[in-house]
Amino acid sequence: MTGADMLLLALGAVAVGSGVLVVTTDQLVRAGLYLVVCLGAIAGLYLVLTAELVAWVQVLIYVGAVVVLLLFAVMLTRAPIGRSPDLNRPGLPAALIGGGAGLGLAALFADAFRFTKVDLPRPGNAEAIGTEIFRSWVLPFEVLSVLLLAALVGAIIVSRPDIGSRP
Amino acid sequence: MRPVIPYVVAALLFGAGVYGVLRRRNAVLVLMAVELMLNAVNLILVTADTTVRATLPHGGQVFALFVIVLAAAEVGVGLAIVLQLYRLRSSVAVDTVRLDAAPASELDEPRLVRE
Repeated sequence: MTGADMLLLALGAVAVGSGVLVVTTDQLVRAGLYLVVCLGAIAGLYLVLTAELVAWVQVLIYVGAVVVLLLFAVMLTRAPIGRSPDLNRPGLPAALIGGGAGLGLAALFADAFRFTKVDLPRPGNAEAIGTEIFRSWVLPFEVLSVLLLAALVGAIIVSRPDIGSRP
Repeated sequence: MRPVIPYVVAALLFGAGVYGVLRRRNAVLVLMAVELMLNAVNLILVTADTTVRATLPHGGQVFALFVIVLAAAEVGVGLAIVLQLYRLRSSVAVDTVRLDAAPASELDEPRLVRE
């Protein structure tokens, strides 16, 4: 049990705990705030796994942008502050499928990897990833920029029906 | 470093996301559960990148970055649809959406948004 293992266990426990709270709490705003904790813990996991560029992109885009967008949506749909008792549907099938998927995948991974040890690579590989993106993955990168533009235009058109329905 | 720890964490997070998508009625909460599932997949990609020696180095981290960008686009369009649903029905409960009928308020809706 090395220090990296302890960090991974602690951050993983925080991530799973707050992730479960996101899907079980009955207060809408708190679900968004638990999501911040969960995504932050996952960014910490990325840092331990020596993926620091992905970690900071996670903090910037997920914690900074996506969660703020979700909280804006919570407010714009006039969600009640405090407990809302009507957030959930009957839970048994969801618990069966979700628990089955989670525990089944966990058992699969635990059986596949057991307690093998792997040496972590040296940290500080942001430059290598930048080189790799613009050398091997430059075409997907460009396609992704077109996709972002399409999503932007699509979001504007969906949210303004007076554009789409005009003859 | 034992790779089984982040893999199991990712599997449990994915299970929580599946549970949330099936359990929640509020469309914004469904989107939050989808974000949990996307993050679980990202965690698996990054862990595989650190533990597997591939011929093309750092492919997993590049894929994780791409998935983050896709998630940002997805949540933008998804929230636009959710807000439009709220504007039409004054509710974002996903199990009350009738897919086979026009909304009752569709006729007077354009006046409401063009003011």
